[in-house]
Amino acid sequence: MSATSKAMRQSLGLRLASGSFLVFWCILAAFPIFWITVMSFKSPVDAFADSPLDVIMGPVTRAGGNGLSIIDILLGGAVTFFALRWAFTRLPGLVARLSPPGLIVLGWLIGAAAYAVVFLTVFFGVLPLILGPLNAVLGPLGEPVLGLTTQHYVSVWRDNEFYRNFGNSMLVTAGVVTISLTVGTLAGYGLARSGSDLAFWLLILALIFRALPHSVLVAGYLPWFINSAEILRPIFGEISPTLYGQPWAVIAVLVSINQPFTIWMLRSFFQNIPSELDEAARVDGCSHFQAFRRVIMPVMWPGVITTGLFSFLLGYNDFLVTSLLLDAQNQTMVPAIAGYFNRETTTTDQVEAVAAAVSITAPLFLLVMVFQRQIVSGLTAGAVKG
Amino acid sequence: MKFKTFAAFVGPSVFMMILFIALPLVSVLIQSFQITQPVMERIEVETCTPGFLTQTCVTEIKTVPIIGDDGKTVTTTEWTGFESYRNVLQMDKFWAAISNGTPGEILQIDFWKALRFTLMFTLVTLPLVIGVGLLIALTVNNAVRAVRGPVIFISLLPFIITPVIGSLSIYWLFVGDGILTSMMERWSGQNISMFAQAWTVELLMYFYRVWHVAPFAFVIFYAGLQSVNMDTLESAVIDGASRFERLRHVVIPHLMPLIIFISLIHLMDCYRVFEEIVGFRAEAHVKSLQWLTYDFLRPDDAGNRAISRASASAMLTMIGIVFLLILPLRRTWRDHKGGSH
Repeated sequence: MSATSKAMRQSLGLRLASGSFLVFWCILAAFPIFWITVMSFKSPVDAFADSPLDVIMGPVTRAGGNGLSIIDILLGGAVTFFALRWAFTRLPGLVARLSPPGLIVLGWLIGAAAYAVVFLTVFFGVLPLILGPLNAVLGPLGEPVLGLTTQHYVSVWRDNEFYRNFGNSMLVTAGVVTISLTVGTLAGYGLARSGSDLAFWLLILALIFRALPHSVLVAGYLPWFINSAEILRPIFGEISPTLYGQPWAVIAVLVSINQPFTIWMLRSFFQNIPSELDEAARVDGCSHFQAFRRVIMPVMWPGVITTGLFSFLLGYNDFLVTSLLLDAQNQTMVPAIAGYFNRETTTTDQVEAVAAAVSITAPLFLLVMVFQRQIVSGLTAGAVKG
Repeated sequence: MKFKTFAAFVGPSVFMMILFIALPLVSVLIQSFQITQPVMERIEVETCTPGFLTQTCVTEIKTVPIIGDDGKTVTTTEWTGFESYRNVLQMDKFWAAISNGTPGEILQIDFWKALRFTLMFTLVTLPLVIGVGLLIALTVNNAVRAVRGPVIFISLLPFIITPVIGSLSIYWLFVGDGILTSMMERWSGQNISMFAQAWTVELLMYFYRVWHVAPFAFVIFYAGLQSVNMDTLESAVIDGASRFERLRHVVIPHLMPLIIFISLIHLMDCYRVFEEIVGFRAEAHVKSLQWLTYDFLRPDDAGNRAISRASASAMLTMIGIVFLLILPLRRTWRDHKGGSH
């Protein structure tokens, strides 16, 4: 804090110590993720090399004909830099201008998808076309210096059909986020505005439910899900579904598991909105529900986005529920990676598993980058209200 | 708010929680007392192989499952009482180990092994998470404003990363001749393999959990530090309190509610430790309570799942969580009563 009095100022030694601890922590926090990213771009011999320098420079990868020259690195870096800058400066304005009123979320989805397509085309389509002749002309500057190969990503996504798992993950997370928020905002609002003992007991019950290990719950579903076709036959007749292996059944389960957390969090956000606001709306003749929809929801977006982020993380990161309740065809990304363990006989398989892991991490990285503020405010909102 | 409106708002959420959380619990309780098995019958089978001059025929009695009219095996469900619990707890071996004077043998029973690890894991990582989280929060608070944003960004990464992937990323640094293992080998001059014995695996798991959760504690403590009363701090300086004394008598008491909050969340989350075991592939050395249930639920080679044993171990796990929550819940109840509106 810059405005502190002289007495509060710190000695040089303390500043140095605290600064170096901070540097140490940052390295510790980022290193494992950084390192598996580096590994995923190298040939197996380099990826599991003894010397860290070999892993970074990738001599074997380079010798195999997959290398980047200084020009490649400079130009690629420049394109990435400008792409990132553009994404944070121009893209929001463009989306806000072009998307029809009220459909800003849809506008962002389309905008982000289009942006990703353009970036991928430029980076992997146009750039190599320019760089090929450029490298040939420039002599020493065009010599490859850094080994780098994307072959593991190609084999993971194309040959091992990881895009199917990606699709399933997206389906499950989209379902979890949408339903969690719809059901959760209603409940959060009801709980925040009611001071009754019943509301208190519901919250305590939710707290106990939050503490339950997920395996306890799955032990309860599994027999019912496997036999659901027979159990539901009297109600639905011949079309009764087997719930085991169905993504939408998993969505329902994950939403329920997520509900306790969602209602606690949304309740604390709703409590921050003064209740005079909906009282005024009620005086103007709105029903409770109209007040909720027309007056409260428009100011609740930050809270909804934050809770949505955490619901996304739950659905996206879940291993236990999806691995037990989904069959092999409908597997999401995280349990699919466990499939690599069984095949992991050669180092190539291992590096492919690394590449798959990095692919799973990349969207989370983007998520933190864009929504850092919301995540922090969400964590603290939960903490302050207990 | 009228009860009817309240019910309309809260209803869908409560309905889902009852359908998918409360009912499964009842179902787990019932399943843990019964066991479903395929009905077997003993039949005489004559198998003949071509031999020289005459066939060689062997008659043997085999036990095979009965196939019903719909082509599925017929199963019966029997009420077995505490049988599954006995199978999971193995009390006879437990008492035998105690009466033999070798309590160490208890840890060879999966359930007790899992319980030991789960409790150790929770209790060892708890102070570390709070300590490291507080340390990061204090140093970030000390740092220049410009670096705070990037530091928070980097700190959030371990917290946000998929737990299985996070533990895998650390696993790959140490597995075989991973770079950190080979670095330690160069320093010590010894051959090190981190995943060959239980204690190193356990150590890595503690490390991973602290790495993963400390950022969560950090963000919350950091928010708490922003609201420390500056006047109190300054008067403490005037009274001659050293930096450490100020931390102990002003800052920490101010953060106490947050420390309790983090402890509670940590208690809940550590009790269901699971992903580390998948990521480190540690099931041969270390088991946790949640892993035990998961393992029973996975189909074995014949495709059968030990549902009743899984239910028994799930019930035992749940009893544990109830014990852990009694104290905090009593506190919340007293607060609710005290500050009732």
